Amino acid sequence: MALIPGLIKGLGVTGSTMMRTIFPGGVKKPIPSPVKGAETVQYPHEKEAPPTRARGVIALHEENCTACMLCARECPDWCIYIEGHKEKAPPRRAGGKPRQRNILDRFDIDYALCMFCGICVEVCPFEALFWSPEYEFSEPRIADLLHDMSRLSEWMETVPDFEDYEAGSQQKKLKVPPT
Amino acid sequence: MTAVSSRRQLNYIAAQAADARVNLEIETEGMTLNIGPQHPATHGTLRIVAKLDGEQVIAADPVMGYMHRGYEKLSEVRTYPQVTTLINRIDWLGSFANEVPFILAAEQLMEVEAPPRSQWIRTVLFEMSRIANIVLFLGDMAVQVGAVTPVFFAFRDREHILNQIEAATGGRFHPNFDRIGGLKDDLPKGWIVETKQVMKKMRSFCNEIEELVMGNEIFQARTRGIGVVPADIGLSYGLSGANIRGSGVDWDVRRDGTTGAGGLVHNELDWRVWTHPDGDSFSRFWVRLQEVRESTRMVDQLLDGLPSGPIMAKVPRIIKVPAGEAYVETENPLGVMGYYVVSKGGLAPFRVKIRSASFNNMSITPWLLTGVYVPDIITILGSLYFILGDIDR
Amino acid sequence: MSTTQVFAELAYWQQTGIRVGAALAAVLLVAGALVYMHLFKAVSFMQSRLGPMEAGPYGSLQLLAEVGKHIQKEDIFPAKADRFVFGAAPFVVLASTFLLVVVVPAGPDAWFIDHHNSDLGIYLGLAVSSVSVLGILMAGWGSSNKYSLLGGLRATGQLIAYELPLILAVVGVVIQAGTMNMADIVYAQANGEIFGLGIVGNPYILTQGVAFIIFLIAMQAELAQAPFDMPVAESELVTGYMTEYSGMRFLLFFIGEFATAGVFAAVASVLFLGGWYIPGIDPGADVMNLLGPLVMLVKIVGLTFLVFWTRFTMPRFREDQLQRLAWKFLIPIALANIVVTGILKVAF
Ligand code: SF4
Ligand code: SF4
Repeated sequence: MALIPGLIKGLGVTGSTMMRTIFPGGVKKPIPSPVKGAETVQYPHEKEAPPTRARGVIALHEENCTACMLCARECPDWCIYIEGHKEKAPPRRAGGKPRQRNILDRFDIDYALCMFCGICVEVCPFEALFWSPEYEFSEPRIADLLHDMSRLSEWMETVPDFEDYEAGSQQKKLKVPPT
Repeated sequence: MTAVSSRRQLNYIAAQAADARVNLEIETEGMTLNIGPQHPATHGTLRIVAKLDGEQVIAADPVMGYMHRGYEKLSEVRTYPQVTTLINRIDWLGSFANEVPFILAAEQLMEVEAPPRSQWIRTVLFEMSRIANIVLFLGDMAVQVGAVTPVFFAFRDREHILNQIEAATGGRFHPNFDRIGGLKDDLPKGWIVETKQVMKKMRSFCNEIEELVMGNEIFQARTRGIGVVPADIGLSYGLSGANIRGSGVDWDVRRDGTTGAGGLVHNELDWRVWTHPDGDSFSRFWVRLQEVRESTRMVDQLLDGLPSGPIMAKVPRIIKVPAGEAYVETENPLGVMGYYVVSKGGLAPFRVKIRSASFNNMSITPWLLTGVYVPDIITILGSLYFILGDIDR
Repeated sequence: MSTTQVFAELAYWQQTGIRVGAALAAVLLVAGALVYMHLFKAVSFMQSRLGPMEAGPYGSLQLLAEVGKHIQKEDIFPAKADRFVFGAAPFVVLASTFLLVVVVPAGPDAWFIDHHNSDLGIYLGLAVSSVSVLGILMAGWGSSNKYSLLGGLRATGQLIAYELPLILAVVGVVIQAGTMNMADIVYAQANGEIFGLGIVGNPYILTQGVAFIIFLIAMQAELAQAPFDMPVAESELVTGYMTEYSGMRFLLFFIGEFATAGVFAAVASVLFLGGWYIPGIDPGADVMNLLGPLVMLVKIVGLTFLVFWTRFTMPRFREDQLQRLAWKFLIPIALANIVVTGILKVAF
């Protein structure tokens, strides 16, 4: 009957997958260890490392930010809140004019609204924002997803160095400022 | 009902009339079955109102719009770079492919051309999002006809593709990587080697699916001859993509595209368009499976021939698109997707009309579902392969 | 003193109590073991995953957690449901399982109905296994849900269609064994010989291979597992006749599904695999009363693995296709098998 071959082949596929999962060592090392053979990751116990570029959470390098508001303006859903004031800083050389300095008072990103598009990081002209691949920042209360300046600065520690580029690229490799 | 009158429908009406005479004494009553808005087979919130006679469908009407998010209107109040993050979410399974036609339209208006390297990488990611999308279809179609395991295989192997997309773009589902005049960034080191390995895995996945699903006699019995779309009717309903190629129409925008053919480099590759003459659910499945294979071959070729150079053309930091209009369509995973962009010279488009493939593909359902049985509704819907975001936008 | 004598000295109500307890254990423990071993683990491995791992070592207590969850849930009755029919349906389905388990012997004296004095055996079993159709029809009708109704009707058509090949497949065995008594069928297999060799006895899978395959296919259909899961067809009918059930009543359906799988596998192993007999030990020996159930369990696990392996690999037939398979293929083949068996029985 023509019914047999396809059905049996199908059973073969699932059956061999089962054997591969139970015995990841193959025929040579038939020791059952499905934990190794399965493709899934037992999340809270073991974690996958996201790639360097993964857009996990935004880190703020406070010293670089001039409160220019570009990021807040370009954000598609306006979830960055920035407040700043101007301050007279002592002149660089003795006898010079006192300099204008922007002091950042408030820099919040509401991750409940953020859609992780990366526009803010891209438009920042002073390299004050960086992506960190860190992803474990869920909260039981939605209001706690609003990260303030100090929390955003803490993420700086998790920002990895930029990767090298593939051969043939003419991109310049950027540097992450030391924290 | 629709205006298209086919012999099948006329036959059906005649049969109904004959039945009605017989049924005068044993009066039967039709039943209206609401498939959706919440139903496992509609993967989302599509609703199909099916009038049944026993298990046979007399009339079926798709009700769309449960997930309308107003992207066309939203695009009018977002700047061009912001629009790409929105349209990522139209066909969420192959989201990079959504960005491409819009960006190409904007490039056409601004008269910039992306440098070759970025065009090649764009094409790589374009094809990879096709693979990511259709791989899920291959598993999902099996679920629609009742086999549970293939979809787990599909999720397992799609993961590799998503990992590669994430490693290159930073986003698994919403890359937002395409820019007017090029790409956001170049590829990271080691990506090419890894991607080639992933392509190998995808090909072995295709073989697995071929053995597990396509060669299965029950699957063939369920899909062959079910939901037959003749080529002319398919074209008159505006079907595109694998749905129309499954009916034997040799038409692929990647090869035959006239508008906005620049920006993607399919013409420089060695590949072929797959068609299947039958037009039934099985042939649509078959064409998609071949397309995944073809795409993996394309990615391999693209990575081998990647030219060096910059990835961004010279574009101003603040993008203002000169007044004008452009329509660009590309062959997206689900079918032809086009953007009609009208600019009045501002920071944001004046009007964006999105032609998404699934919306047109769905429009054939009233015609196609008439006269079939309830289990076949699901098979046919599955084989037409729609994504709710792509229907409702 | 043998176990039989101890048992015979007990009062009738004590015997009944022990039997009821044993039946509960035979149904529930076996069903639990099957769910854990096959549904949670084997199937997960087929899909390159691990299945439940958190509750207990290797997720072994997951089943308790599930049962606890279902018991806590609200028992919802749909507004327009026929309350009595809706509520009673799961019990009818489960009752059929319990009625079926009583005909299966698991040892020379480990039985629920007296095999020494009655010849009912497999005849009774096949009769009571049809009771579940009633329950499923009740569930489909009582839910006042269109999906449930479609599921219930499909289930009824399917179960009735596959009852026939199931019975016809058994007839071949009955002819060969010359008895309907399940215990005697086991003895016949243990004492039989094939081609003059009596080392492994003669499990009827060897001579009744065709009947065995038909029995397995029909059993798959009776259990409404893929490729015959049209009645539940979760991608189109949500879950068919179970759609409206929640909490405890859903759990009963769920137990019914797996327990029935176990019991049918037990019937199949008695009919075709030699029941509790293992080569080398006299099937009538007293020790088999203890060893027999274990042997049966192993055979049940093996057979149900086949059921679940198929279930999670294959797509499902449409109803018309599965009716065609039953009436056009299985029944003629089963009839031919009976004829051949009859001729050979007379000839030898
Ligand atoms: S990632 Fe996008 S949405 Fe999130 S804060 Fe930055 S610009 Fe706004
Ligand atoms: S764009 Fe950069 S410098 Fe400007 S406010 Fe935002 S983070 Fe600060």
